[in-house]
Amino acid sequence: MSSDLEQLYQQIILDHAKTRHGEGLQEAPAGAPAGESHQLNPTCGDEITLRAVLGDGAGSDARVDGISWEGQGCSISMASASVLTDLMAGMSRDEALSLVENFREVMRSRGTVEADEEVLGDAAAFSGVSRYPARVKCAMLAWVALEEAVRAAE
Amino acid sequence: MPVVSTPETLKPAAGPIDNAEVLRIRNDFPILDQQVNGRSLVYLDSGATSQNPLSVIEAEQEFYEQRNSAVHRGAHTLAVAATDVFEDARTTLAGFVGARPEEIVWTSNATEALNLLTYSFSNATAGRGGAAARRFALAEGDEIVVTEMEHHANLIPWQELAARTGATLRWIPVDDAGALRLEEAEQIIGPRTRILSFTHASNVLGTINPVAELVAMARRHGALVVLDACQSVPHLPVDVKALDVDFAAFSGHKMLGPTGIGVLYGKSELLNAMPPFLTGGSMITTVTMDKAEYLPAPQRFEAGTQRISQAMALGTAANYLQETGMDRIHAWEMELGQRLVSGLEAIEGIRVVGPPSGVERIGLAAFDVAGVHSHDVGQFLDDKGIAVRVGHHCAQPLHRRLGLVSTTRASTYLYNTTDDVDAFLDAVAGVRPFFGVK
Repeated sequence: MSSDLEQLYQQIILDHAKTRHGEGLQEAPAGAPAGESHQLNPTCGDEITLRAVLGDGAGSDARVDGISWEGQGCSISMASASVLTDLMAGMSRDEALSLVENFREVMRSRGTVEADEEVLGDAAAFSGVSRYPARVKCAMLAWVALEEAVRAAE
Repeated sequence: MPVVSTPETLKPAAGPIDNAEVLRIRNDFPILDQQVNGRSLVYLDSGATSQNPLSVIEAEQEFYEQRNSAVHRGAHTLAVAATDVFEDARTTLAGFVGARPEEIVWTSNATEALNLLTYSFSNATAGRGGAAARRFALAEGDEIVVTEMEHHANLIPWQELAARTGATLRWIPVDDAGALRLEEAEQIIGPRTRILSFTHASNVLGTINPVAELVAMARRHGALVVLDACQSVPHLPVDVKALDVDFAAFSGHKMLGPTGIGVLYGKSELLNAMPPFLTGGSMITTVTMDKAEYLPAPQRFEAGTQRISQAMALGTAANYLQETGMDRIHAWEMELGQRLVSGLEAIEGIRVVGPPSGVERIGLAAFDVAGVHSHDVGQFLDDKGIAVRVGHHCAQPLHRRLGLVSTTRASTYLYNTTDDVDAFLDAVAGVRPFFGVK
């Protein structure tokens, strides 16, 4: 097996694609600020609906209390949604949005920007995707949905 | 005719195509001789875009080096030379599908050819084209019939035409094996049917549709018949007169030609009664500030400066196919198609869509891998230098009917060997183990 393919499909990605965290759309508690976003990749039909519920705090300090989602797609897009769910839980709204920006920068870099594991945690495993422009959208799908959902929850 | 190299493979060959002949054919296709991800390229995506033989590439180069100028205008020598090759190519393509040259309209691709029809019919509905064009006008109560297996290019233009005119769009369903339900077609195609448009061969299922039966149903009710020939004209002998269709559309880049050129075939009496779609230069007789008179077909539908080098190169491609022999190419690809299907059927967790092995299909196979998304399958194969198509192949309704979102498709052409198919099958067998799916 070539190392390129294993670099792309790291074990952590394959694991998350099989055991997906946050899958299954959860109703937001009554009165809690919540936002939802549906993202579709028209070239392959991959799609995700993601709901974010904001909790404690106000404005940019509000905590991302709950993330849930449902969707269908390739292992990259599904694993990415799963990893994001773990990573973002409990972050402030601003931290979450800046993490999306960080991830986007790595994804769009065509392999030139090294993922910072300190910041991106398990999501750093997706850095191999950036060398495959056709797959970047797969990895970004859930992140774009989260970004939109959090903004909608304001 | 332009002076281009005549490849060895164009010498008439006796008997059916075999691997030895394919290896000679491959020498004419420079792009196939390359490494992808450290492996020899195995190109199994000709259903999307085919590769070009050197003679086609050289034809385009020769045009720009020797003849480049506008056609059907200008009295200078180069303009005459350009017009000659442009019209020679039209004659070649006409001969290739059994039509007359004036029945061949150049378009950008098959999609544009089908849109040309629907917008011309739309214009007829708006009263353009006068009494002669009334036969194309649609109104509420009229029906347009397509099938559930259409490529979006032969679905959406008809949806739009129906929406613009008030006509109703209906479709013939497919059965679980990917064949059209003809008994239902009998019910659907009726006195209200004005247009029947269907694909000759499915780009997903590989099914070859029974053109004669469908044409007979349409004729009983006086409906026009449009054939999407994108997956048939490049791969099997097609005679539009023998098929008795009114219109047919196909693309150059799927038949060894360049991108940017396609063909609309139409019976002369119909084309000459249709109002134009695109208007402007080169398609008129007399123009005043108030109105214009139009040339007969095909010029009526060829407004503006044309795709001259592409037409010429497509003519060269058609010659290449003809000299190899369409019946021989068809037989070889049928063999490859069966090898694909029977091989895939033998791999655990693979579901091939369309006819099972042993049943006629063109040289392609689309399939689902249980537990692995087609994008991941395609990525895995690409790592081994194997190029396939993944996704819905511009046929979302068909995939929905099959209970799938996407599939992986391997499609062959005259330059594929049985080794290509076997390398592909070997690789597919490794997909589920790699992704840890059992």
